[in-house]
Amino acid sequence: MCIEANHFLSPDMREALSDALKREDSPLGKQVLTELQENLKIAGEDMIPICQDTGMAVIFMEIGQEVHFEGGDLNEAINEGVRQGYTEGYLRKSVVKDPLIRENTKDNTPAVVHFMMIPGNQVNITVAPKGFGSENMSRVFMLKPAEGIEGVKNAVLTAVKDAGPNACPPMVVGVGIGGTFEKCALLAKKALTRDLNKNAGEQHIAALEKELLDRINASGIGPAGLGGLVTAMAVNIETYPTHIAGLPVAVNICCHVNRHVTRSI
Amino acid sequence: MDNIHIKTPLLLETADTLKAGDHIYITGVIYTARDAAHERMYAALKNGEPLPFDPENAVIYYMGPSPARPGRVIGSAGPTTASRMDKYTPALLDAGLRGMIGKGRRNDEVKAAMIRNHAVYFAAIGGAGALLSRAIKASEVIAYDDLGTEAVRRLTVEDFPAIVVMDAKGNDLYSAEQKIEYI
Ligand code: SF4
Repeated sequence: MCIEANHFLSPDMREALSDALKREDSPLGKQVLTELQENLKIAGEDMIPICQDTGMAVIFMEIGQEVHFEGGDLNEAINEGVRQGYTEGYLRKSVVKDPLIRENTKDNTPAVVHFMMIPGNQVNITVAPKGFGSENMSRVFMLKPAEGIEGVKNAVLTAVKDAGPNACPPMVVGVGIGGTFEKCALLAKKALTRDLNKNAGEQHIAALEKELLDRINASGIGPAGLGGLVTAMAVNIETYPTHIAGLPVAVNICCHVNRHVTRSI
Repeated sequence: MDNIHIKTPLLLETADTLKAGDHIYITGVIYTARDAAHERMYAALKNGEPLPFDPENAVIYYMGPSPARPGRVIGSAGPTTASRMDKYTPALLDAGLRGMIGKGRRNDEVKAAMIRNHAVYFAAIGGAGALLSRAIKASEVIAYDDLGTEAVRRLTVEDFPAIVVMDAKGNDLYSAEQKIEYI
């Protein structure tokens, strides 16, 4: 799954990138998007990763509560999968063991794993390798309730503006609103794995997604930050109930190499 | 858009003719270095020790490739974010560095050092590592092998595509192209 995610994008991402090329009118922007199409083709044909930053492996495990695991440590099994994928797939090892001492673990482990319990007897595994050019430009804002929807819009637009060319636009913007400090960050990350053609379930959130996308694309940042109409391909927002005193907002920015693969067993 | 072909080592006279927005193709030898290699080179400069390569008229590519499959020159090989190198860059520019290839904005100290030293900053397309790898004809680790992907590599490139983002006069394509004030 690590290998697949790093060589092939999901159909909605591929579609969004070719739509972007149709919409773009700046010559430089068009050229960048054409080269990104070519890049994807070469990646798939020659089995060379779409981007050299093959990411830190983020893994969502949705585990049916009827499921029972036997014969070993599940965490270790997940890391073993990452180890094999990154080694056998000629993927870059970009993980350092200690954030301050910074010695490379040489097999891209450990992964960042999020476990969730769901009803039933199924296990859904999503592997989403995350590049750090865009991860570094992501932000959490602890807004006051009085700042309301305008505060949320400002937060998202500020993060995107600051990210600019660093996050390899055209981007996908994952937003989490509500919950607690850590919950909104997780929602934002999860939002990046949602199909780009699907809007948020609630109407007012879907409208916010659309408004933010239009305003981001009016920024002129453009493909690769070199100017143009397409700065983002989608804004995906996930929400959660929150405390009377707070309005947490997380903005997880992803580049045009928004990778995620899901399998169910 | 004119396509301009340039050669490395990048001479001052050539650097001076490039303008922000130019689409260029680079042929010759360039060197890779990212965060960890920059830290070491910076320390070497401070201690008066030699760098892994002659910085005079050199071009550095901010890049750490994915591993090469057997029989291939290199893996995926696109640019990394340049601003992380900003802390170390002015010292390298003052030592003779003439060009840098990366992605994203640079700070004012780098800009000033570029103008002072007639240097150019190019952007390669971020996330196009598979495509860019095709322009790389040879790759050899020349220093800091222990850093893995972050080691310093000597690359031989042919018509490596890039865009001049900041020229030697201080023009910056990123700020010129964006109307970000009103979003
Ligand atoms: S931000 Fe994305 S496209 Fe850009 S270098 Fe990182 S992983 Fe690659």
